[in-house]
Amino acid sequence: MTPENQAKMVADFIQNMPHAKALSMLVERSGAGEAVISMPYDTRLIGDPETGVIHGGAVSALMDTCCGTAVMCHPNAGVPTATLDLRIDYMRSATPGDRITATASCYHVTRNVAFVRAVATDADTDRPVATATGAFTVPQQKAVTS
Amino acid sequence: MNKPEPVQVIKQRRDAALQQLLSDVPYIQFLGVQFDRRGDELTAVLPFKEDHIGNPMLPAIHGGVTAAFLEITAIIQLSWAMIWDDMEGKTVDLPDRIQLPKTIDFTVDYLRSGLPRDAYARARVNRSGRRYASVHVEAWQDNRTKLFAQGTGHFLMPDRTKAP
Repeated sequence: MTPENQAKMVADFIQNMPHAKALSMLVERSGAGEAVISMPYDTRLIGDPETGVIHGGAVSALMDTCCGTAVMCHPNAGVPTATLDLRIDYMRSATPGDRITATASCYHVTRNVAFVRAVATDADTDRPVATATGAFTVPQQKAVTS
Repeated sequence: MNKPEPVQVIKQRRDAALQQLLSDVPYIQFLGVQFDRRGDELTAVLPFKEDHIGNPMLPAIHGGVTAAFLEITAIIQLSWAMIWDDMEGKTVDLPDRIQLPKTIDFTVDYLRSGLPRDAYARARVNRSGRRYASVHVEAWQDNRTKLFAQGTGHFLMPDRTKAP
């Protein structure tokens, strides 16, 4: 499979996950161990009723999906993958009404583990809303062969 | 010595306070998280929904759902501990809207895949100061001793000296 086909297949797979659909996630870009996924603001996701700021849990779901996607489209990792550990740092509240975009990249991949970093922003792209670091499983037999 | 309060009065007060914590947060309803109360002990329950699925091939609960479930459990347990004395002391009325702690960071350790069935979680507040708190959460499905995920988070406590 070509890298382009692999990226397309991964994007389709991600967007068809029931929970990704429930949050209306959109794969903006994926390939070569990187992914960009966005999610619209939704009042059902509010975590702080006073301000209308969305719950950290929804941001976690976006981060986890984005990191997993980056692993799945890495030439030395592939499908399937599972999260071993994910840490999210919440830098500030996302602005209510803004779309949230996560960008993830695999910064190191071994035969067994992929190490991933991600950052999430709202409309103000200079000030991150949250960052994430995670470790993901790499399939035993390399799924991606060209 | 005062006569002990009637049991219904105590139950009603505690259940109402817990409901107040939960009903204000749309995301808790969105995921469908419920809380089971026994005295001051809370168990969070996540009834399985199709919407929670990540990988449909396995199928398994989405890692993000697991993370969110753990984080909700931690925040509610922490808030519950925070309001307990006011609720039980009878000297202070709880405000109409209780300010919740804010997550600073949250780390989830995925131990096994979440199966398409109900999940449970309990949190332990390891430290709760005036400004910061540290909370640990454990989640399981069929077997209490076989955790499928655990998490630790740090939280910023609301300023409770402020007039509501």
